[in-house]
Order: sequence, then structure tokens, then C-alpha cells
Amino acid sequence: MKADPRGVLTGEHFIDGDHACCEGALAAGARFAAGYPITPSTEVVERFAARVPTVGGTFIQMEDELAASITLQGAVWGGAKAFTVTSGPGFSLMMEHIGYAAMTETPCVFVDVQRGGPSTGLPTLPAQADMMQARWGSHGDYAVIALCPNSPQECFDLTIKAFNLAEEFRVPVMFMMDEVVGHMTEKVVIPPADQIEVTPRKHTKKSVEEFEPYNTNGDMVPEIAHAGEGYKFHVTGLTHDERGYPNMTPQTQDRLVRRLQNKITSAADRIAMFEEADLNDADVVVVSYGITSRVAQRAIDTAREQGLKVGKLRLITAWPFPEKKIRELAGRVKAFVVPELNLGQMALEVERAAGGQAKTFSLTHAGGSVHHPEDILKVIVEASR
Amino acid sequence: MSTDLNTALLNDDVANPVEPFLRTDRMPHIWCPGCGIGTTVNCFARALIESKVDLQSLALVSGIGCTGRVAGYVALDSFHTTHGRAIPFATGLKLANPKLNVVVYSGDGDLAAIGGNHLIHAARRNIDLKVICVNNLIYAMTGGQTAPTTPDHATTSTNPYGTFEPSFNLPHLVEAAGAVYVARWTTFHVRQLARAIGEAFHKKGFSFIEVISPCPTLYQRRNKLGDGLDTMKYYKAKSKVRNGAPTSDVGLTISGEIIVGKFVDRDRPDYQNLMHAQYVDSLGDRFVEPMEAEAVCS
Ligand SMILES: Cc1ncc(C[n+]2csc(CCOP(=O)(O)OP(=O)(O)O)c2C)c(N)n1
Ligand code: SF4
Ligand SMILES: [Mg+2]
Repeated sequence: MKADPRGVLTGEHFIDGDHACCEGALAAGARFAAGYPITPSTEVVERFAARVPTVGGTFIQMEDELAASITLQGAVWGGAKAFTVTSGPGFSLMMEHIGYAAMTETPCVFVDVQRGGPSTGLPTLPAQADMMQARWGSHGDYAVIALCPNSPQECFDLTIKAFNLAEEFRVPVMFMMDEVVGHMTEKVVIPPADQIEVTPRKHTKKSVEEFEPYNTNGDMVPEIAHAGEGYKFHVTGLTHDERGYPNMTPQTQDRLVRRLQNKITSAADRIAMFEEADLNDADVVVVSYGITSRVAQRAIDTAREQGLKVGKLRLITAWPFPEKKIRELAGRVKAFVVPELNLGQMALEVERAAGGQAKTFSLTHAGGSVHHPEDILKVIVEASR
Repeated sequence: MSTDLNTALLNDDVANPVEPFLRTDRMPHIWCPGCGIGTTVNCFARALIESKVDLQSLALVSGIGCTGRVAGYVALDSFHTTHGRAIPFATGLKLANPKLNVVVYSGDGDLAAIGGNHLIHAARRNIDLKVICVNNLIYAMTGGQTAPTTPDHATTSTNPYGTFEPSFNLPHLVEAAGAVYVARWTTFHVRQLARAIGEAFHKKGFSFIEVISPCPTLYQRRNKLGDGLDTMKYYKAKSKVRNGAPTSDVGLTISGEIIVGKFVDRDRPDYQNLMHAQYVDSLGDRFVEPMEAEAVCS
């Protein structure tokens, strides 16, 4: 369906990534946010708080992130598209409810504007060190989708995408920004509402008698109903059967948990988004994402000028990880160079997917600033040898 | 309540009138013999019959615990959430669809310990929720550990030599935080409890009903307070009805008097009224009423 024009601020804007993310959420149809202030993410909800009563919706500032991350899920079951926004310490507090969203298949978006950690770390400075937490942070086996924008324009475009994927797969989608992307101001073009595709909720058309809340009817993703519609359904974080009833047997557990994972992994190729350039003749591929991809671009350009055969693969989806793409490249390139603002998180995935066919150079940085392009260039040179 | 219904409720031979409110396909339930939780559910169902609330727009939200399992047994839209977070979940549900009548049904540990922060803030905001707190003075589901409600010197699995922490007086806490309706009954007071739940349904704002309830398996037995029946006798003998009692006076002890009754019944604008008024006042014509749920579906 097309976006509700009331939420779409069509035109050219000069705004930062946080604000663009908010506009993306509104364009995607989000009419509910629950949040708790934390730098460098607060601007997203500040803008939402100002905008949403003029487009028909609700913002509530909760007493903590534990509350915010479940309040939004109540809103989803009440019929809203909903999200929350946070950074490191708040993201840590939200982990239990990311698991709850995964288990109950509550479509929603968690925005994490990454800052330096662990703990309070670097409240105002960038990092990309929550990438593994986004994937694995809640206990148990489950799957999520995580997107990494590298510009305010993408903060807008990909936030819409995040909501659409959340609805399509009924999963929590992690929107992994970083402090620099969140606070960088650039031109953002917001198209007219009739050019914005939004994914409607997978609402059931079944009768009250026919409807079973977790029966996928042969599909991977079940249909949903909202409270108050007469279905009288049950939702639980306990292991449950197709009726949504607790059923704590190894068989039900196996069926449910595998489906929660498989609905994402089986669609990984379709979900995976990346940007590539100069891969055809590449000896070395720089794999990067978020703000680091923009620093890496400089290093790649310089390397090319120096005659090095270096290509670029920018991850837009971090999870599911574009494994197939890496594996395919690993068969024909010498090495991957993976700069990131952490001590080597996605580099582990690259290495794993490469399966020993190509070398992986992890270019770590503890956060607080960005890499120097020179440092990336040096590793490209080394990897090309 | 009609006498017929009363008789029916008390007589096992007659088809149970509360059955339509339960997921009979989930029976038998998990609760122990002598447990008070089932009694509270019976009262809840009676209140549904008597107050004639629209069941389609009624949603029930529980946290985790023996009481938290209530959500799984009622034939309503029901949500079994995470430990302590029933209130914030219910807050989101209510705000997204204000037409819903939202009941939170959970235990003392869930609502007052891990969820204590949400309890006071929801009362402060005066979110239109009906909270039923089954207070068995213990963490039952996990095996009888000390709760913030465990009274003086009671023995628990984590205070094997007796507790010494002062406990919460929940009516006092929620009144101070802003609740508009506060009552306490025990599982002995089935009619009063059903009536109180019915009253709360017709109240707009944060309503809190504490039900003192036995956990013979883990609390009474360990404290040599007898079984479920002995506890009923204790409730009968030691309960004093004092409607309007100052909540500062209603703290509980291990074997002393239990003050029951309706303590608070007042009116103040609820969160959604306040929000609406503020937006209309500040934004005037620019204010747009929150969108309805159908809008997210194609
Ligand atoms: C985050 C989290 N911590 C701990 C638990 C374990 N746990 C389950 S129920 C419970 C206590 C429940 O006590 P109460 O709310 O009083 O309910 P009751 O069982 O007494 O009805 C605890 C600690 C949990 N499920 N989740
Ligand atoms: S353990 Fe206690 S509270 Fe839980 S079902 Fe048994 S008696 Fe009831
Ligand atoms: Mg308890």
C-alpha cells in the first residue's frame, strides 16, 4: 500500500540522520513511539514527539528502556506501527524484549544510535560495537533483521524499509545507526507519499472460529489479529503451539524456534542488501558499513588511483549476513579488509563466510572517532601483496 | 448478583456459569490445591457477568508468576508478557486503542518488585488500567523466595532464618503514586472482591485491587500457618472491613489483623484526557486525533 500522506514531509530537507530516521518512521506509518532519553539518539523521539500529534499518533516517554521496549509492543497488538529509539546502555536494557518480540512475532523496530561502550562508555561519540548484540543480545535462538544506514538520506529510506521488513516477517528489526550518521546533516529528499511503498500488517481475514494466532498455514509467517477485534487470542513468551497456547515440549520448542530462525534465514538472499563497486577485477574487497563505509570510500578511491585492484562491498543489511555474496567473492579474491568501529565483530562473519578461501584483515577501532583513511589504505596495500 | 447465580457458583453439580469466560480447552490449570489464584479468577469472571462489560473490547495482560498464568486461562484477548512488564505493555495497548478496557492481572512480586517502577509511574500518569494484584506475600512460581511484600520475620527460601526487610504496604504506595481507586480484599471475600472488580471497570483511571491470597504450598506451609482452609479461617477471623481507612494504616503482618475494604475512590483526569487536552490547547487546529488500527492493514 502507499504511505499515508499525512506522515510524509515531501520535499528537500537539510536534516541530520536522527531527524531523517524520525521522518522515515512517520512515512512508514509509525504512529506510536515509546522512548527514554539517551544520547546520541534522543533527537529521533524529540522530533517524533513534536510531529506525531499533528499526524495522528502517540509518543510516550517511559520511565526506562525496559518499559519503552515493551510498551511499544503493547501498541503493536493494539493496532499501531511502533518503535523505540535508544543507544548502548538503553539497548542493553531492551534485550529481554527483543527476545519477546522475536518469540511473539511482534512486528516492530528498535533504533540503536551506536555510541562507544561498554557501559556508559563514550556517550557523545561514535562506535559500531553493538553489531553482535543486535544479532545475539537476547537469550535463546532467534533471528532478527538489522540494517546499517550510512547517510541521513538512508536513515530516511531504510527506516521505511525497516518497518516494511518488520511487517513482512513479523520480526523486530534493528536499525543500527551510529553517532556520526545520527548527527551528520545532509540533504534528504522525501518523495511524495504515493511514491512510498509501505507494507501493510499481515492481518488475518479468517473468521473468529478459523483463526489460530500462530498457525502459519504452510507459510513461514503467521497472520496477526489485534486486540479488541473479537478473536480472543492468547500471546505468550512461553513456548507455544499454533493456538498460541503454552506447550513446553521439546517437539513444540523445536518446531517453533526453528521456524523463528528459518523464516529469516530462508529469505536471507531476498532480504540482504548491499552496495558493490569494482568487484569484477578486484584482488581485495573492502567490506564496511555505516559511517565507516564513507571513510573507507576515500581509502578505496586512493588505492584505485594507485592502481590497486580494490573493490567495495558495503553492507546495508548486517543481519541476516550476506553470506552467499562473501562466499562467492572469497572464491575469486585474495583478501577482505574489514574496517569497523569495534574490535572486530562483522570481520568474524566475513572470515566465517569466506571459509578460508580468502584472507580477512580486521581493521579494528575502539570507537570515539572514525578510522583514518590512511590506515585503511595501508591495510589495503598489505592485503594486495 | 442473582441468588440463582450465587447458588450456581457455589454448587458443582450445576454447569459453572463462569465457564464461558475460561479457555476450557486449557484445563486443568496448573495451580495447587488450596491456592487462592483460582478463586480470584472466579471472582473476576463473576464481575464480568455482573458488570456486563463488553468482552470483545476487554484485554487482559499478565506478567510472569503463578498469577501471571491467569492470562492463559481467560477467554479474552490475553497477553502473557515478561516478568514485571505487564503494566508498560498494557500502557501501550491502551494508548494505541483507547477503546480497549485493559486489565492487568499479576502477582505481588511481578507488580511491586521487578515491576515496581512501572506500577508507580502508571499510577502517577493515571493510565486507565484496572490492576488486580494477587498478593500471596511470596514469589511463588520460583519456589517461595522473599518478595517485597513478605511480612515481618516470615521464613522464605531466601530468608531461611526469617525476613528482616520491611515490606511494602501496596495500597499506601499506589495511593501516594496517584491511583484513583484502591481496594483490598482477601480470597475469603469473594462477593466483595467481585463487586470491587466491577466498580473498577466503571472507573476511569488507574485502579488497583489487592487480593490477599494463600499460597499454601510455599508460604503458609513453610510458616506453619496451615493449609488453604486454615488460611480462609484466618482471613475470616482477622479481616476487618474498614472502607475509607487511611492507607498508611493498612500494612500487613504475618498473623495480625488484615484491614480490607475500599480505601480510595477519587477522580482525576486520566492520561489520555490530559494528553488530549494539552494537545488541543497547544496545537489547536493542527492537532490530529490518533489514527485507528485499521489504517495499518491494507
Ligand atoms: C527477568 C526475570 N527474572 C526472574 C524471573 C523468574 N521469576 C518468575 S516468576 C517470579 C516471581 C513471581 O512472583 P509473583 O509475581 O509474586 O507471582 P506468584 O508466583 O507469587 O503468583 C520470578 C522471580 C523471570 N521469569 N524473569
Ligand atoms: S505455588 Fe502457591 S501460588 Fe503457585 S499455584 Fe501453588 S499455591 Fe498457588
Ligand atoms: Mg506472589
